[in-house]
Amino acid sequence: MTRQVDALQAKPAPLGRSRFLSTLNLANIPRRGLILLAVLLALLIAAPAFTSDYLLSILILILYFAYTGQAWNVMMGFAGQLSLGHALYVGIGAYMTAALFIHFGTPPWIGLLVSVPIAMAAGAVIGFLAFRFRVAGTYFAILTIAFAEFARIGFDHWDWVGASSGLFLPVATYTQNDLWHLRGRPIMFYYLILAMTVLAFLLCRWLLGSRLGYFWQAVREDEDAARAVGIATFRTKMAAVVISAGLTSFAGMFYAFYYNNLFGEQVFSIGRSIEIILGPLIGGVGTLFGPVLGAFLLTGLAETLTEILGLIGVDLPGAKQVFYGFCLLLVVMVMPEGVWPWVARKLGLETRQ
Amino acid sequence: MSALLSVAGVSKRFRGLLAVGNVSLDVMERDIFAIIGPNGAGKTTLFNTICGVFRPDGGTIAFAGERIDGHPPDEVCRLGIGRTFQLVRPFPGLSVLDNVIIGALLHHRSVEDARARAEEVLRRLDLFNQRHQRAASLTLPDRKRLEVARALATQPRLLLLDEVMAGLRPTEVDRMVAIMTELNRTSGLTIVLIEHVMRAVMALATRVLVLHHGAVIAQGAPAEVVRDPQVIKSYLGAEEL
Amino acid sequence: MPLSLYLNVAVGGVLTGLVYGLMALGLSVIFGVVRVVNFAHGEMMTIAMYIAVVLFAAFKLDPLVMLVPIAAVLFALGYALQAGLINPFINRPEHSQFILMVAVALIIVNVLLIAFGPDAHSVQTSYAFDSYEVGPVIIDAPKLYAAAGAVIVAALLFAFFRGTRIGQAIRACADNYTGALVVGLNVKRLYALTFGIGAACVGAAGCMLVVINDVSPAVGPAYTLLAFVIVITGGLGSLPGALLGGVLIGLTEAMAGVFFTPSAKSMFAFAILVIVLLLRPQGLLGKRA
Repeated sequence: MTRQVDALQAKPAPLGRSRFLSTLNLANIPRRGLILLAVLLALLIAAPAFTSDYLLSILILILYFAYTGQAWNVMMGFAGQLSLGHALYVGIGAYMTAALFIHFGTPPWIGLLVSVPIAMAAGAVIGFLAFRFRVAGTYFAILTIAFAEFARIGFDHWDWVGASSGLFLPVATYTQNDLWHLRGRPIMFYYLILAMTVLAFLLCRWLLGSRLGYFWQAVREDEDAARAVGIATFRTKMAAVVISAGLTSFAGMFYAFYYNNLFGEQVFSIGRSIEIILGPLIGGVGTLFGPVLGAFLLTGLAETLTEILGLIGVDLPGAKQVFYGFCLLLVVMVMPEGVWPWVARKLGLETRQ
Repeated sequence: MSALLSVAGVSKRFRGLLAVGNVSLDVMERDIFAIIGPNGAGKTTLFNTICGVFRPDGGTIAFAGERIDGHPPDEVCRLGIGRTFQLVRPFPGLSVLDNVIIGALLHHRSVEDARARAEEVLRRLDLFNQRHQRAASLTLPDRKRLEVARALATQPRLLLLDEVMAGLRPTEVDRMVAIMTELNRTSGLTIVLIEHVMRAVMALATRVLVLHHGAVIAQGAPAEVVRDPQVIKSYLGAEEL
Repeated sequence: MPLSLYLNVAVGGVLTGLVYGLMALGLSVIFGVVRVVNFAHGEMMTIAMYIAVVLFAAFKLDPLVMLVPIAAVLFALGYALQAGLINPFINRPEHSQFILMVAVALIIVNVLLIAFGPDAHSVQTSYAFDSYEVGPVIIDAPKLYAAAGAVIVAALLFAFFRGTRIGQAIRACADNYTGALVVGLNVKRLYALTFGIGAACVGAAGCMLVVINDVSPAVGPAYTLLAFVIVITGGLGSLPGALLGGVLIGLTEAMAGVFFTPSAKSMFAFAILVIVLLLRPQGLLGKRA
């Protein structure tokens, strides 16, 4: 017996820094990854110099989905709560900032002080009801859809925000970029969404490695086991919903001021919610790079497809969505963890034991 | 000296079916207290009632002089009771180290401190070399030790172990017994274990309680309990000793 | 407004609700046995509705008459979907299955969009504007026929599950997956069969609904949501619950259309959903897990 106890004495730690990174917790990125990231960022910063307006608009779309995907990922990827109603938060963010701008001339950055808290409150209400009353899994997903649908119908009947005839921001031909009022040329919006995406990435990276991030992952992996190690799961899940909602509503401001028109019927539709989640699903749920990679892959390929169809003179309004559907089908069947973990292994950014 | 854990007249029913009936027990500080009994005797139900998974239908549970019955599991853990699950439940997609860090974060604000604490626990449980593996990829004995490690990382005063020996080979049982003895001796950890492996019970326990059909049929020092005719008739007789 | 108007609307709501109920019945059957949430349910119904529209436009075939062959087509579709696509996902996490079905739904909606365009199509039957007068109440003939059809199909389904060996085997499967495997039932085949039956239900419901309502690709997701609302209200997995939920939601929507504005009617359905989810998550007739 004593000998066995001796055998339990600590063994020396292996020398050198471990190269292993848990798939779901990229707390530290190896040097090769950092270089790759720096190159990508440099390319994105330089992009407007050598891209056409059309290509710039595609890049904006990609970054928009990278951003919203990242925001959604906080809830599903980190904390395991499947939301299929994230259009709700985009919509609240878009409508509130736009309506304040139109009615009172409030600069969108000030409008955020209203819209983001409202979106977070909406998330808190949904989270509170679901987690208090133990609505989980598929039921939770359906509850999130129900609230988005609620908002869709509600905003479609709300005269202050234009009801079903839509809400329009004044548009002019801009020669100067007014960042404070978000009136300007596409290049301004490009750099705005790029900055948002980079910041969201950094924020999520920090969150994932934080105490809260660990608690989220524990809840995602096994809620009962999480409670057994003392995690207050209700509060932990609430934090995920509220943070995710707040981040997502930020994208709403961008959406409103970039597109200049809002129709409740579209903004809150379930199709929009699904578009948000496609990127991370395809890129890799719960990973930091997944939403970014997924957005590039999906939007990039879909736009290429539309382009090719356009060249051969075919105009099919649903073709892009059918393509999305098959991509999703393929990924969920062949790479259930998403494309990023696979790419990361190929690039040697992580090794699995 | 008053008991660290005091269960008094606890009952728990499921749809009218009595799973635990009027069970009382006292666990002293530094005890290794074993609960044995045939399958379906209510051992795990009793455990879950102590841990706060179930609210008892009757009776009281006190830990370190404070009533804990009806408190939710996370609160019970924060008060100083760590547990393992009968069917192991590590966080499967996370690394071994991350599993234990999560436990350590209960009493550490900083992730770095928690990591240091987790590494210490992993060394102690001989899992340090596997720390970067995914929990799901571990063998069953390793997963069982991981659960113990995760529970220990929360710095409990009382550790509840639900059949951590089941499914282990004799040498693995001995190893686990050695770990428990060591923990009990060096850190003064109080342990309550549900166990079927009598070899482990006899080697570890300072007191044994026998549960049968939800009721206590014997309680005392291990050597006395295994000689109790009623215990032999209802439990041990049916199993190898 | 006169009382008789409310009564008319209420009766119309109940009749439409019975058809909704049949649609939801399909979802409930699939969930109750296969434990997969068919997120493409409404989309599958729109397939049936479009088949009915095409057959009517080309050959003047009445959808109610074409009910059996169309249901058979949907059965085949459902069987193939389960056997080919969903069976490998049975032991996957819930959200994985969910996403699989979202993908299927996305494909169906947009293939229909490419094939038929975004505009609404409808079937103008000879009895489209007929009605019956029962005392003070005026009942639309199409709604009456559709509801009667829904009740008959639902009754046949109940009889199938109670009275036939395959039906009983499927129920055994639903109660105890492992048990069913142990006694040698071909569970995967039974699952495919069940998905087929659920799809046939929704196919039949589509034939009846197309007599009452227009169809466009966009209504698919809306009907999926409606089916969820109904099934959760009635109790997921409970067959009588689906019918009850259908009637309740049909009635609610109809009354909301009168008292408020028709375009806001589904808000009330969602309100019911939220209340049920919170207060009685197992649904009105569901068993607690």
